[in-house]
Amino acid sequence: MSSLAANKRKTMVPLSWYLALSALLFTIGAVGVFIKRNAITIFLCIELMLNAVNLTFVALSGFFGDVGGQLFVFIVMTVAAAEAAVGLAIIISIFRNRESLNVDEVDSLKL
Amino acid sequence: MERAERVLFIIFAITAIASALNILLQRSPLYSALSLIGTLLSLSALYLTLHAQFIAAVQIVVYAGAIMVLFIFVIMLLNVPKDQPQIEKQKGLRYLAVPFAGVMIAEMFYVFFDNKRPIRLSSMPMPSGNVDQAVGTTWNIGTALFTDYLLPFEVTSVLILMAVVGAMVLARREGD
Repeated sequence: MSSLAANKRKTMVPLSWYLALSALLFTIGAVGVFIKRNAITIFLCIELMLNAVNLTFVALSGFFGDVGGQLFVFIVMTVAAAEAAVGLAIIISIFRNRESLNVDEVDSLKL
Repeated sequence: MERAERVLFIIFAITAIASALNILLQRSPLYSALSLIGTLLSLSALYLTLHAQFIAAVQIVVYAGAIMVLFIFVIMLLNVPKDQPQIEKQKGLRYLAVPFAGVMIAEMFYVFFDNKRPIRLSSMPMPSGNVDQAVGTTWNIGTALFTDYLLPFEVTSVLILMAVVGAMVLARREGD
């Protein structure tokens, strides 16, 4: 405990600022998923939410001095790359079949 | 020094939020994608203030580089039409978004700005010992990735292989 206290120096940027920024970015991304109707823009908002969570991981990793959070971010980035490749392939295929990217028109799964 | 870090944080936080809001304000997906690149770059700068050098570099190379190039490539390939709100079917969702955002912001203030919780008082520990091997350096991340986290690393390679095959199958034209 004493070594932890010795490692601490006077507050620079508090952890809560990073977490608040991350929550704000996540909220903006989530609102974007609600109000946007273009499939690619919705996808971009999902990427924004992923990045907001990454910021939380890196902030907590830095403040707790544990490398695990940064490794998780590294793996989230590779998963995001895979997700972008597959998701954009699906979007291309939807556009070929329907000539539109409006998610309101892609409703054949609806009851 | 202390003040400089705060000023840096505020500058890049404002840039990140402004470009994130710009994603929502733009009608054209291309401009939305360019705004997202602004957010990604400011987040990379924030990672540097958190002593996460490797992640900051990877953020620019992989995210702002590779992934966003893929997005912009697809947007230009498809010549995507602008968002057309006049043929919107789910109008209710737009009005649902405002209370939804309010609830999330309220939760955030409840959790992060409650004085009883110690989280507000935390401060960043300075790297002790050998600075070259501190948390967040390439040495540190590489060592952890190839020892303790070897299995997730290997599983990721299988995931990427699956994504490559899946993307080729999905984007192929019928009859090719």
